[in-house]
Amino acid sequence: MFKFCARVRRKIHRLFKGQLSSNERKSLISWLFLAPSLLGVMLFFVAPFGVVIYYSLINNPIQKNFVGFANYINVWNNGAFKLAGINTFKFSLVAVPLAVLLSLFLAAVMESRIPFKSYFRSFFLSPLMVPTASVVLIWQVMFHYNGLINNFTAFFGADKVDWLKSDKAQVVIIALFLWKNLGYNMILFMSALASIPKELLEVASLENASKFQVFWLIKVRYMSSSILFVTIMSLINSFKVFREIYLMTGDYPVDSLYMLQHFMNNTFASLDYQKLSAAAIIMFIVVTGLVYIMYAVENYYGKDVEG
Amino acid sequence: MNMLQKMYRKKRRIDNLKTALVTIAAFAFAIIFLMPIILTITNSFMSSSEINANYGSIFATTQKGGKIFISKTVNLKFIPDMVTFAQYFTVLFKSPQYLLKFWNSIIYVVPIVGIQLGIATLAAYGFSRYDSRVKRAIFFAYIIMMLMPYQVTLVPNFLVSKAIGIYGTRWSIWLPGFFSPFAVYLLTKFMRRIPTEVLEAASIDGADEWYIFSRINMPLCKGGIASIAILVFFDYWNMVEQPLILLGDPDLHPLSVFLSKINTGEISLAFAVAVIYLVPPLLIFLYGEDYLVEGISYQGGIKG
Repeated sequence: MFKFCARVRRKIHRLFKGQLSSNERKSLISWLFLAPSLLGVMLFFVAPFGVVIYYSLINNPIQKNFVGFANYINVWNNGAFKLAGINTFKFSLVAVPLAVLLSLFLAAVMESRIPFKSYFRSFFLSPLMVPTASVVLIWQVMFHYNGLINNFTAFFGADKVDWLKSDKAQVVIIALFLWKNLGYNMILFMSALASIPKELLEVASLENASKFQVFWLIKVRYMSSSILFVTIMSLINSFKVFREIYLMTGDYPVDSLYMLQHFMNNTFASLDYQKLSAAAIIMFIVVTGLVYIMYAVENYYGKDVEG
Repeated sequence: MNMLQKMYRKKRRIDNLKTALVTIAAFAFAIIFLMPIILTITNSFMSSSEINANYGSIFATTQKGGKIFISKTVNLKFIPDMVTFAQYFTVLFKSPQYLLKFWNSIIYVVPIVGIQLGIATLAAYGFSRYDSRVKRAIFFAYIIMMLMPYQVTLVPNFLVSKAIGIYGTRWSIWLPGFFSPFAVYLLTKFMRRIPTEVLEAASIDGADEWYIFSRINMPLCKGGIASIAILVFFDYWNMVEQPLILLGDPDLHPLSVFLSKINTGEISLAFAVAVIYLVPPLLIFLYGEDYLVEGISYQGGIKG
């Protein structure tokens, strides 16, 4: 870090003396373009994040005694945090594979020769633009105890299920998540499918490759990096599902819907900085780890496919 | 008719049948996707007594008194018994609170989209020109920040807005929005696809950096900027988490938060409000769908 500062200082010094080569000057100017964004990000995200780390290591903002990892251990052993973590994990475990497989299937259907393609694309993409708040009422009507879905299943003799207030609530949220995200994933897969070199597919069909082979050995192979990308994006989006749950069920939903986000939200209300900071950092580490895996694997696969 | 022709015809007939089946399945799926939107819109044209009769039993738990007919089960109807604009009339002319919240939404979203994109085009240009190791590292940090769930970024936002005294004011939503790394990330990916030769050629002809940025780079990025603006708009139009935590005063809340708190007595209005809230993104979607699709496609892959 010090070395870097010294280099910057030398450069600025030479700039004023007019000793910089034109390339060096231009690259310095490119930093000027970055400056507004960097300053803002520093002020609103990076610097306060340092404070968050600091808060997570002290006992309270008044005494400021350093307590090591005690806050982390407290949060980790907190019942609500555990419940929220397990629920979030369960939700992601089901929702993410479903989101990837269904959207891959949708993209494959959209690639085949069906009429009205552009209409279908619009239809599947439309949930992306609908504000969650606008459709929450309809979802409530559908999944209420006396609601649509129950009336429908009762018609076939099934028992009524209290969708939003029982263990089945996760099913509702998974449906909402899929509804909201499938279109987005589908577009990503469609652009990946479109980027597969046509010659390759032609050669394969000349060589009498079966459809099965073409799909698994060429298409999936070429799409492997986008499949990974969509998986991790869906995973990260599945952490963001709070909005829908909050709008449908409020601050304290049934236990099976109590997600990490509720935990954070309710901790904000109680202004417990230590708990909040430690929980935020635990989540930060998990997400950073995921992003890093994505980055590393993409580096690996990217080389493999293009080379 | 020879054998080959026969086989060919048979194959084509099977293919056609397959296509028809797939189309029907896709159509059924599409209907499910559209259902919530269609229902919201058709329900907004019902009179309040009709809505109460249909859904009263759902929202009745907290409803006080009043002699209205409530059916035991919920009737979900596509077509209202009588199409009426009464709900819209009430929302638009009789209850200013909804319009006020709608106005709040606009007041948050429009400056954020404009300024975030302004800052982001500058920053993306800075990232895409004269690549260096330090810039790559910073860009990676931007990616991580972009992908963080709100619950993580809100903690720093909350601390900062307390520290500089903007907590509870509109600035606490605006400022973090202006500097959000999302647009920077996407635009950088877009600008990296512009061949360096184009920009270098101008540079050799004596153009300075600002001229290259504003006269050559910007016109090439118009499409990208439009698609990213749409994505940013949807994101902030839909925001719930930030106002919940950063704005204590319900008067400052955008309509997205307020919609969920419409009390049950006004349930008949809720559909009309929901539709009004849906109109701006719907128009943008219909008008700019191709841009939107393009914008999503850039996101494939992290590096760009």
